[in-house]
Amino acid sequence: MSHYSVWSVLREGLRGQTGWDRAWRDPEPKSEYDVVIVGGGGHGLATAYYLAKNHGITNVAVVEKGWLGGGNTGRNTTIVRSNYVQPVSTQFYEHSVQLWENLSHDLNYNVMFSQRGQLGLFHTPAARDGQAKRVNTMRACGIDAELLNREQVQAMVPHLDYSGNARFPILGAVLQRRAGTARHDAVAWGFARAADRLGVDILQQTEVQGILREGGRVTGVETSRGTIRAKKVGVAVAGSTGHVMAMAGIERLPIESHKLQAFVSEPLKPLLDYVIGYGAPGAHFYISQSDKGGMVFGGDLDFYNSYAQRGNLPIVQDVAECAMAIMPCLGRVKLLRHWAGIMDMSMDGTHIMSKTPVEHLYMNAGWCSGGFKATPASGWHFADLIANDRPDDLTAAFSLDRFERGYVIDEKGMGPTPKLH
Amino acid sequence: MSGYRLDQGGLIDRADPLTFTFDGTEYQGFGGDSLASALMANGVDVVGRGFKYHRPRGVMSAGVEEGGAILTVGSGRFREPNVKAPVQPLYQGLVSSGQNAWPSVRRDVGRINDVMKRFLAAGFYYKTFFGVRGGTKDWMLFEKVIRRAAGMGRASRAPDPDRYETAHATCDLLVVGSGPAGLAAAKAAAGAGKDVILAEQDFTLGGSFLARSGGIEQAVAAIEGLRAAGVTIMPRTCVFGLYDGCVAGMIEQVSDDPGLHGVRQRTWVVRPREIVLATGAIEQPLAFGNNDCPGVMQAGAVSTYLNRYAVAPGKRAVIATTNDSAYAVAADLVTAGIPVTLIDARPSGPDAPEGVKVMHGTVPIRTTGSYVLEGVDVGPLAEDGYATVSRTLPCDLLAVSGGWTPVVHLTSHRGPKPVWNDTIHGFLAGSTTEPIRTCGAAAGIYAHDDCVASGQAAGTGDAGPQPEAGPHPAMPLYEIKTHGKKLKRFIDPQHDVTADDVRLAEREGFVSIEHNKRYTTLGMATDQGKVGNIIGIAIMADASGRTIAETGTTTFRPPYSPISIGALAGRGTYMHFRPVRRTPLHEWNLANGAVMTDAGLWKRPWYFPLEGESVDDAYIREMKAVRATVGLCDVSSLGKIMVQGPDAGDFLNRVYVNGFAKLPVGKARYGVMLRDDGMVYDDGTVWRMSDTDFLMTTTTANAAGVMAKLEELLQTRWPDLKVQLTSVSDQWAGIAVAGPKSRETLQAVTTDCDLSDAAFPFMGIREARIAGADVWIARISFSGERAFEVYVRGGAADAVMQALWDAARPLDGVLYGTEALGALRIEKGHVAGSELDGRTSLHDLGLGGMASSKKAFIGKAMMDREGMRDPDRLQLVGVAPVDASRRLRAGALLDTRTDLIDHGQGFITAVTDSPDLGHWIGLALVKGGLERWEGKEMTSYDPARDGNTAVRILSPHFFDPKGERMHG
Amino acid sequence: MIRITCPFCGERDHSEFSYGGDATVAYPALDASVEDWNEAVYLRSNPRGPHKEYWHHLNGCRAWLIVERDTLTHEVGKVEFAHPGLRNAVRTSV
Repeated sequence: MSHYSVWSVLREGLRGQTGWDRAWRDPEPKSEYDVVIVGGGGHGLATAYYLAKNHGITNVAVVEKGWLGGGNTGRNTTIVRSNYVQPVSTQFYEHSVQLWENLSHDLNYNVMFSQRGQLGLFHTPAARDGQAKRVNTMRACGIDAELLNREQVQAMVPHLDYSGNARFPILGAVLQRRAGTARHDAVAWGFARAADRLGVDILQQTEVQGILREGGRVTGVETSRGTIRAKKVGVAVAGSTGHVMAMAGIERLPIESHKLQAFVSEPLKPLLDYVIGYGAPGAHFYISQSDKGGMVFGGDLDFYNSYAQRGNLPIVQDVAECAMAIMPCLGRVKLLRHWAGIMDMSMDGTHIMSKTPVEHLYMNAGWCSGGFKATPASGWHFADLIANDRPDDLTAAFSLDRFERGYVIDEKGMGPTPKLH
Repeated sequence: MSGYRLDQGGLIDRADPLTFTFDGTEYQGFGGDSLASALMANGVDVVGRGFKYHRPRGVMSAGVEEGGAILTVGSGRFREPNVKAPVQPLYQGLVSSGQNAWPSVRRDVGRINDVMKRFLAAGFYYKTFFGVRGGTKDWMLFEKVIRRAAGMGRASRAPDPDRYETAHATCDLLVVGSGPAGLAAAKAAAGAGKDVILAEQDFTLGGSFLARSGGIEQAVAAIEGLRAAGVTIMPRTCVFGLYDGCVAGMIEQVSDDPGLHGVRQRTWVVRPREIVLATGAIEQPLAFGNNDCPGVMQAGAVSTYLNRYAVAPGKRAVIATTNDSAYAVAADLVTAGIPVTLIDARPSGPDAPEGVKVMHGTVPIRTTGSYVLEGVDVGPLAEDGYATVSRTLPCDLLAVSGGWTPVVHLTSHRGPKPVWNDTIHGFLAGSTTEPIRTCGAAAGIYAHDDCVASGQAAGTGDAGPQPEAGPHPAMPLYEIKTHGKKLKRFIDPQHDVTADDVRLAEREGFVSIEHNKRYTTLGMATDQGKVGNIIGIAIMADASGRTIAETGTTTFRPPYSPISIGALAGRGTYMHFRPVRRTPLHEWNLANGAVMTDAGLWKRPWYFPLEGESVDDAYIREMKAVRATVGLCDVSSLGKIMVQGPDAGDFLNRVYVNGFAKLPVGKARYGVMLRDDGMVYDDGTVWRMSDTDFLMTTTTANAAGVMAKLEELLQTRWPDLKVQLTSVSDQWAGIAVAGPKSRETLQAVTTDCDLSDAAFPFMGIREARIAGADVWIARISFSGERAFEVYVRGGAADAVMQALWDAARPLDGVLYGTEALGALRIEKGHVAGSELDGRTSLHDLGLGGMASSKKAFIGKAMMDREGMRDPDRLQLVGVAPVDASRRLRAGALLDTRTDLIDHGQGFITAVTDSPDLGHWIGLALVKGGLERWEGKEMTSYDPARDGNTAVRILSPHFFDPKGERMHG
Repeated sequence: MIRITCPFCGERDHSEFSYGGDATVAYPALDASVEDWNEAVYLRSNPRGPHKEYWHHLNGCRAWLIVERDTLTHEVGKVEFAHPGLRNAVRTSV
C-alpha cells in the first residue's frame, strides 16, 4: 500500500504515475462479518474506520448500493463548524471539529480542511443578543468564538452589502475562526482508504435488500450479492433511513426526507476568504469559495417531502436573491450547476444515534442539513456505540426514544415540523 | 492559427464596423460578429490559458461548449468573468481581456506548471500538501497558493450596476433550438393552431443552418414564415433547466449595454403544455498529443466561421475525422481558397470533395508547434488501436471531428438517464412519460432532410425518423494511443484533464464514472463536460474493460449553460429582497420622530428620541413617562384574527390552554396556545364581541403561522366545527394607550364611552368613536399600568393616533417604541419572544396554573411527559445585579461557577435598565427555576461582551407584582 | 415547479402553497393518550413513492388540500379539499 507524501508524489511523477495502488480494494463479500455497516457515505466509512482503529474490530464490511460518497457526502456545501447552542450538540460538533483538525494526518489523505473561519451575520439588535448567547455558550464549552461589530466584519470582508440599500443591515457577526470547509469527496475517499488499510471490506454496488433477524436480534443482511451474516449491523444511510429501517420492521420513524439544494458558480480567482452565513428574517443562506474557485452556496430546503435529488426553481431564485442581498457583486457571476441531496429531517432538528428495538441493530440518522461537518465525530461515536452496545456520554442524548420521553434537542425551537429545522 | 476576414459572404454587416479591445489592443469587427469571430478575423490566435498547466489556448468551437476562448468582458463594475467568446456578440466599445494568466495570456509565467506537469497528475493534491505538522496549518499555507493559482476569471468586487427582472409565460408548445429541426417543429405546431414559443440561445437564429453553405438564406426564409404564423421567437434566450411540471427556466439576454434604466437579462419562468427539444448535437474532439494547441478546432466550427462570419480560421488546413460530417467542412475550406488535407480514420468514406486530398485510415497523433499550431504528425491506425507517426502535415488549422453527441441535458434534468446508442455512438435522451419530445440532431438524426422531417413530426406529436448509421458509418474512435513517450492528450481542455488522468483514476479504483469525474475534475468546468464527457467515459470503459453503456454517464444538472446569479435574483434585490411591512401608522410614526427597527419583515418604531438622545436615553425617558403619565405605542403589527360562528367558543377552548367558552361578551382574556408537542407556541388576548364573534390577537412573529394553524385545525381535524376565520391583521391598526393618565387621555377624545372603573373594568372591551372613526377599546395592559388598546380600521389610524397624541401631549405623555415596550414588559415579568423560543413549556414559564383541568386542549396530552416535567428544565426567573451599578446582558449564561466548562445553569433572555428599581433587571431561564434558586447568587457569564457579573435570582415579577396599578 | 390543481383556483405553482406534511396521520382526540399523540406528532412512514400529503393554498384560497404526489418523481395525482364537506360537495357536483 502506498503511503501518500510529497515524496511519493515526486517519485511517481518521475516514473509516470505507474506505482500507485488502488485507493481501496474491491473484495468479494465474505459470508460473515463481526459488523456490517450499511451505507458507504462519510458516516458509514468513518464508523468502519473508527471501529477498526479505536476498537480493534477489523472484520467489518461497508455495504454501499452505489458508489462511495454518492449521497449527501458528495452533495453538500462542505461547511465545518461547531457553533451549536443546545447542550451536548455543542460538545458533539466540537469533538468533530477537533477530529477534523488532524484528519488529513490521521487518514494520510488530504481532506483539505481549511480553517478559514466562519462569519454568522446578524441584522437586528435582538439577533445580536441571540448571537452573543451563541458566543458565550461556545466559549463556555472551550470553543473559539468572537462577537464582531459591523466595522470589524467590514474590515474582514469589505465587499458585502454595508450600504443603506440593504434590506437588512449587517450589524455584526459571530466569528468562529476554527470553522471552515473541507473537500467533501476526499472525506469519503480518505476514510475508505484508511479503513481498507485496516482490513475493512468496502463493497460498492452492493444493495441491502433485507435485514435478517432471529428472535428480535439482527443476524445479517440480504444483499444484491448474496447473504452476509453479521453479529452487529449499523445503519448510516441518511436520506434513505426509513427505507432501510423498514427492512428491520421499523416502519415509522421521527424522520421525513426532504431535499436541500446546493449551488456552485464558475471558478473565480479568490473572492471570498471566509464562510459566510446569512440569517436575516425569512432568509437562510450560506456561501464560501472552493479551492478550485467556485462559489459554493445554499439556502433553505425545498419544503416538501422528496427523494428526488433535484431541486425546483423557487428556491433557486430565492437563493440567488440571498446571494445578491449579501454580495451584490455576484450579479455577473454565473451559476455553473445546481443539484439537491436528500436530508433526513428529524422531528427536532437533531440527529439520532441510537440502539433500536432490534438488538444489535444500530441507527445513525436524522442529520438534517448538518451531517457533513459531523462526519468524523459521527463515525467515532457510532463505532463506540456499536462496539460497546451502549451509548457514550456524547451519544446518550441522541437516542431514538427522546421524542416520546419529551427530551427533544431543538436547536432552532421550531417543534415537530421537519421542514422548519 | 492565423485567421483573416473573407472578402464576401457571411451574416455580418460590413457597413457596421465595430471597435473593440482585447488585452488593451484595439481591433475592428462587424455587426453580426461574435467576439471569437472578430478576434479570429484580426489574426489573434492565443486568447486564453489552461486551468492547471497554463498552456496557450485559442478558439476551439463556435458555441457554448467553448473550452479555450473564455474571456473577461467589460471592466470595473461591469466586469463579467468567464465569458465564452463564441457566444458573445460583438458590440461597439466591447472591452475584453484574457484570464488566468500573468502578465498576459501571450506571455504567462504560469506556464512553468507545464514543465511540472508530470507531478501534477489527477488527484495529486489529495496525496500531499497536508504537511508534517499536525493540524491544518501547513495545508492552509499551501491552500493560499493553490487558491491563487486556481479559479479562472476575476469577478468585480463592486455591486453589479445593472438591472434584471423576472417574467412569466405560458404556451402550448415550447421549442428549444432554432436549427432545421426546431424551425420545422415550430412551423408544424403553429400550423396546427398551437401557441408556440421558440427559444434560441444564440444571438442569431438558425442553428446548424448558419454553418452550412447556403444555409443562411434557408434559415431567414423559415424564420419569416414563423413570424407570420404568430410564433413567439426569442433569440439570445437560453433554456437553462427543465423543472417539475415541465416548467422551463430561461434567461434572455436583453441588452449588452442596458444603460441606467434598461434591463440586462430577464429570467423567464415558462409553463408549456408540451416541449420539443431541438437542441442539436456537439462535435466531439479526439484525444491525441497536444490537441489543446491554438489552431485545433472542432471541424463544424470551421464551417460556422467560414459561412456565418466570413472568417477563415487559418491559411492551411488539415481535417481529422472519424465520420462524414467533416467532408462538407473540407468543401467549405476549398471554396474559401484554403488548401486542405483530410485524414479519415476509417478505411473508406464518401467521395473526396473537389480539390481535397483525402488520406484514409489515418489519424492525428500529435500537433507540432511550441506556441501555436505549425503542423500535425499523422499516421496509420493499426488493428490494435495504436498509431505510429508516418509523416508531418504542416498546417495552422487542424479541424477535428470525433463524431457528434446529441444535447440531451434538458431531458436529463427531468430524471431520465441518457441511454447509449450504438448506431450513433452517442447518448440519447432516456424515455420519459412527460410531454417532452426530442428531434433532429438532439435525437441522433443528422441528415438535413431527416432533421426537418423529425422536427415536423415532433411539432405535431407524430412519429418521425429514427437514427441511422448511413452508408459510411462513423468510427467510434476516442483516443489515439501511441507507443513510447507519453503525450498530453487533453479530453477536458478547460480543466486540463488528460486521457492519462482518467487511466490513473481507474488504476486507483475510481472506476465509477462519478468518482472519475470527481477525482479528475473531468466535466466540471464551465462547459459541464459538453466536449470531454464522452471521451472520458470511453477511456474509462476501455481501461476498466467495460462497454460505454455499462460505464454510464454522470448526471447532467441545470443550468445547461452558466447563467448569471443577478438574472436569477431578478428584481428581488436590495429593498425588494423581502417585502417591507409597514403599519398603517408608519408615516405618522416617522413624521413624529420615530427611529425604526426591523422586526421580522416589519418596520416598527424603535424609540422616539428627543434631540441628542441615544436609544438608551430615549427608552428610559419613554418608560418613565408611561409609569408617570401616559404613552402611546403603535402595536398594529400584532396578529388579529376574527373567529366567528356558533362553535367559536368551543374552538378557542380547544386551541388555548385556558377556557374561553364562558368568556362573557364585552370581556377580553389573555390566552396561551401550545403546539401539538406541548411546547408553548403563542400568546395573546381574545376579545368577545358577541356570542359568536371573537377577536384573537397573536404575537407579531406568529401572526401568519397561527392563522395557518387555525385553518388547518378547522379544515383537517375538526371540520364539524362551525367557525369562520378572517385575518384582519392588515385591516386594523392597534394603538396601546398606557399609563396612569391613559383614561384621561382616552376620555378627552371619546364622548360616547364611559371609561370609569365601574363601567369599564380591567379586561373589559367597548365600542366607541374617536376622531369620527369607530374603534374598539380593550382595557388590556402589557406594561403593568392602567392601559388600553384601541383598534381602528387602518385608514382612520392616523386621525385616531393624532387625536390621542393631541390629548396625551398636554398630560406630559410620550410616544414610545418597541424598546420601551419590551422594557416595560420585563419589569412586569411578562414573557415574550425571547422566552417563547419554541423550547419552553407552560410550567417552564410559570404559567402552569393557566392550564385548564376541565377541558382538553392542543398539547395537553404531551405537556406532562417525563422530559417536559424534569426538575432540571430551564424555568423562568428574574435576575438583578448584586452590585446595582452593573448592567446586565441578554444572552449571558448563568452559573454558580465563574469559569464555565459547559452550558451552565441557564441564561438571561431579556434585560432592561429599570428606572423604577434603579438598577438593571432581566428575565432568565434557569435549571430548576425559582424553587431552586430564588434569592441565591449566580454569575452572569458574558465573555462575548462584559465578562462576569454577580447577579441574584429573583421573582420575575419586579414591578407591582399584585397588579394594583393595572386594575386600580 | 410542481404544479398543483387547486379544486377552487385551478392549476398553480407549488410556491403559492405551503406544505403541510403527511395527510395520513390521524390526529387523535385531544384527550387521547400520550402514546397515541406521540405516534401522530413524531412518527412518519415517509414513503419513497406515492404520498398523500397536505398542501395549504396559502397565497390563494387558503384551502387545505390533500394531494397525492410521488416523492420520487414529484408527479401529482389526485387533489382534493381536506375538508370533507367541501370534498363531498365537489364530488357530488362532478
